[in-house]
Amino acid sequence: MAELNIQELERRFQEKIDNDIRIEPNDWMPERYRQTLIRQISQHAHSEIVGMLPEGNWITRAPNLRRKAVLLAKVQDEAGHGLYLYSATETLGADREETIDDLHSGKAKYSSIFNYPTLSWADMGAVGWLVDGAAIMNQVPLCRCSYGPYARAMVRVCKEESFHQRQGFEIMMKLAAGSEEQKAMAQDALNRFWWPALMMFGPPDADSKHTAQSMAWKIKRNTNDELRQQMVDITVPQAEMIGLTIPDPDLKWNEEKGGYDFGEIDWDEFWNVVKGNGPCNKERVEARRKAKENGEWVREAANAYAAKQKMKKAS
Amino acid sequence: MNTLFEYLVRLGDDSLILGHRLSEWCGHGPILEEDIAMTNIALDLVGQATSILKYAGEVEGKGRSEDDIAFLRYEREYKNALLVEQPNDDFGVTMMRQFLFDAFRKPLFEQLTQSSDEQLAAIAEKSLKETKYHLKHSAEWVIRLGDGTDESHDRVQSALNDLWRYTDELFFTDEVDADLEAKGIIFSSEELKASWSEMVKNVLNQATLTIPDNGWQHDGGRRGLHSEHLGYILAELQYMQRAYPGMEW
Repeated sequence: MAELNIQELERRFQEKIDNDIRIEPNDWMPERYRQTLIRQISQHAHSEIVGMLPEGNWITRAPNLRRKAVLLAKVQDEAGHGLYLYSATETLGADREETIDDLHSGKAKYSSIFNYPTLSWADMGAVGWLVDGAAIMNQVPLCRCSYGPYARAMVRVCKEESFHQRQGFEIMMKLAAGSEEQKAMAQDALNRFWWPALMMFGPPDADSKHTAQSMAWKIKRNTNDELRQQMVDITVPQAEMIGLTIPDPDLKWNEEKGGYDFGEIDWDEFWNVVKGNGPCNKERVEARRKAKENGEWVREAANAYAAKQKMKKAS
Repeated sequence: MNTLFEYLVRLGDDSLILGHRLSEWCGHGPILEEDIAMTNIALDLVGQATSILKYAGEVEGKGRSEDDIAFLRYEREYKNALLVEQPNDDFGVTMMRQFLFDAFRKPLFEQLTQSSDEQLAAIAEKSLKETKYHLKHSAEWVIRLGDGTDESHDRVQSALNDLWRYTDELFFTDEVDADLEAKGIIFSSEELKASWSEMVKNVLNQATLTIPDNGWQHDGGRRGLHSEHLGYILAELQYMQRAYPGMEW
């Protein structure tokens, strides 16, 4: 009997999905749908928070006051995104602290791109242009994701990401039009971030274990390879416009498919970084763990103070 | 001496250097909400530094931009108070430093909204709105930490003990202030100190904290004589401008 009920619930659930009706926190949902979303949204939240580190790295060294202010505003947005994404996982019954502990223990993943170091000011341009550019491409379809709170969070996130992408491109444009040193700095940043940015869309469709189910549930709307192709097609003309060279000798316009053919991605590097062997994996997780440890006494004090105030009010 | 220029540099450097210190916290805060709050306050301070130093450049009339002034002076030409260059240390030290500073800046900007210099009055008007939020935020944390746990009380008391010796300097005056006060551009520093003392006593009292007995006070910042910390701040702050002179970003 119970079995039948679950089947019926699953049928109704899939029917809603097929009719593009949003799933809301109190609606029945299959456990695997819930778990998939918690995994994906918390990974997304962790990426925002870890992503603050490589950019925070350049705030104190920003070359002028305007750039410093823009970078501060951008990193602050990212903390805000992290906050509402963690809140979205809470609507699915996840606990924010436990979710964060999973990041620190290495159980939960975050976007691998943040395991690459930011070595020059131009990296602030490359990260905004390519990394936020790729993030937008991933996230715009998520505004139509079947889970309501996630889809709504994405609408706001995407608006801010598009400002981030523009400021990154603007940094690159300025450098590319600048002195020889500045041009070289911009080209070097593009060389280092191009391939990792393409890896951000995840493994090729044939190797992506979550894609098929996520597409059926309309959590995901496009495959990894579709989005990657879109990224290449949009970015190549932008690079040409400002006179930078995409570091891919196999890059070629394909008239027939109406898009670019591009070279082989080094998937060994990708999996290596995912496994924890990227240039900064250790430092990023360590920094987050330390922030939590060093903040322990602050959180305890805030709780103790709140409890005292509550007692005072009650008496 | 161009006294208004000198005064604006002192005012602007306080914002610039404290904004720098706060932005060092980025991504390392004790809770996510504080990462947001501290970057937000840093952003306000960088914005204040920008408008104040831009005006300083205009007043000086030598064609220097706000960036020239912010990034291309030697250490002895920076005029911030010693308090704002002190290291972040733990969150208790950062919040105590912020509170002691905010409690000074709020009445200062209140006064300056009445300045006979319209540009300065306009800057003060905008900065006052921001500073009210900063003060609310830092005062609440000082109270929460002071009256939280034994550990937080001890930490924030020790922060107060260490930072207290830099507070008198906030009210430092010399011929620059005397000249501007006579022109109605700035106002009495005694009144300022009275408002500050009242606010500080009130908040420290709620926080169950004690003002340290040792009354020894340092100064020098307003005359460009700093602690060893400033040099390192400038090494980071000026890195790009020094390494790539004369370029646009």
